[in-house]
Amino acid sequence: MNEREDIATIIDDMVVQLDELVVSSGHTNPAIVGIHTGGVWIAEQLQRKMAIKEPLGSLDIAFYRDDFTRVGMNPVVRPSELPFSIDNRHIILVDDVLHTGRTIRAALNELFDYGRPASIMLATLIDRGGRELPIQANVVGRYVDLKPEEHIKLSGPEPLTLEIQKTA
Amino acid sequence: MSRDNLQIDGNGQLRHFLSISGLNRQLLIDILDTAESFAGVTEQTVKKVPLLRGKTIVNLFFEASTRTRTTFELAAKRLSADVLNINITQSSATKGETLLDTLRNLEAMHVDMFIVRHADSGAAHFIAQNIAPHVSIINAGDGRHSHPTQAMLDMFTIRRVKGPDFGRLRVAIVGDIMHSRVARSQIHALNLLNTGEVRIVAPKTLIPAHAEALGTHVFHDLREGIKDVDVIIMLRLQHERMQGALLPSEHEYFELFGLTESKLAYASPDVTVMHPGPINRGVEMDSEVADGSRSVILEQVTHGIAVRMAVMSMAMSPKEAPVE
Repeated sequence: MNEREDIATIIDDMVVQLDELVVSSGHTNPAIVGIHTGGVWIAEQLQRKMAIKEPLGSLDIAFYRDDFTRVGMNPVVRPSELPFSIDNRHIILVDDVLHTGRTIRAALNELFDYGRPASIMLATLIDRGGRELPIQANVVGRYVDLKPEEHIKLSGPEPLTLEIQKTA
Repeated sequence: MSRDNLQIDGNGQLRHFLSISGLNRQLLIDILDTAESFAGVTEQTVKKVPLLRGKTIVNLFFEASTRTRTTFELAAKRLSADVLNINITQSSATKGETLLDTLRNLEAMHVDMFIVRHADSGAAHFIAQNIAPHVSIINAGDGRHSHPTQAMLDMFTIRRVKGPDFGRLRVAIVGDIMHSRVARSQIHALNLLNTGEVRIVAPKTLIPAHAEALGTHVFHDLREGIKDVDVIIMLRLQHERMQGALLPSEHEYFELFGLTESKLAYASPDVTVMHPGPINRGVEMDSEVADGSRSVILEQVTHGIAVRMAVMSMAMSPKEAPVE
């Protein structure tokens, strides 16, 4: 990833890849679900640029995290909203940064508590490596090679900016 | 250490939930916000989240209750905890010693949380003081003292109907304030949330002596007391109070303090009527009011689940949470 690269350009690339993938898979009428908070921002843009009519879904995976017994409740939990039936739908799940894969594991579990989707594809703005679970994205905006002590953060929603930080 | 500080750990997080007093405004808002996100769980096909999977919660009820116990049980199950209901009714003479014995036995079964209802004020505090450090206690009603989850579900209901600004609200609590743990907790919660005006309305015999000190305005006439109020909370009248010569008769009580459609005309036109249940129809209020469009009595019951899920999961959060 180029430091000065526009996030809009990355999202445009994702739209091209997603459109191709949806067509080649023969998926009709897919619905987009973003993971709070950054994933929802990206999902909003994908939905607009892909001209998807279905309202956007959002997931807050706080109740499905695997580290509750270590870190406890997240103080800011927004209700998940899935304003359509999950059953038999093709779902495009969107997050900002794919890292360990644990967030995606939680999101998949939560989605299945709402119904049985026909399929789920994963699209992420950034794949930074460091996976701890066997999870891969179908569409990745940019691959970024980060060291374990480095951290990439999306700020937004207006404007969307990416920043690489080092944890002390 | 004061008794109420038992509730909060060093990081200001909820450890036990024993009473509203001793908590701060932000914590109450955190509970309401967390409950708001749990309310969505009932819309899922699978009405469950895995948050407390593998935890064991015991409903320890020394006093009968259907609604409170059931909603606590449902809340625990929707959090994926395992729930055990234990109903203990016993004479008060042997209670102190037996209570500790019971606790030690349950502790030995590796229980993570007790939901306690007891006829004695302070029972939940007593248990919290004597329990192993990893166990959380939730007060589900103790004597005349406190019923904090009921108060929080009432606050949740008010916020849902009237919006988050309690400052513009007039709230009247009507009925047996003196013997009501619900009223005590409600008054504390309404005050912490900066409610514009809190009124209590009851015959002189059912108002505690220090009522004004609670930050309330006291009324002995129902029509005056509910004039222009936005929310009316009716309290249950315990039948046994009649025997104590505190009240003349149910009929006369209804004439003076029972809520009817015609008396409701004194309140604000969009007044909301609440009652913690179970209702004595024709004593605290007319069926017409209880089942009418202004009543949110059944919504209160529904909200009780989300609020109890919030309190349970917050109290079960690890006590020394590392910063991410």
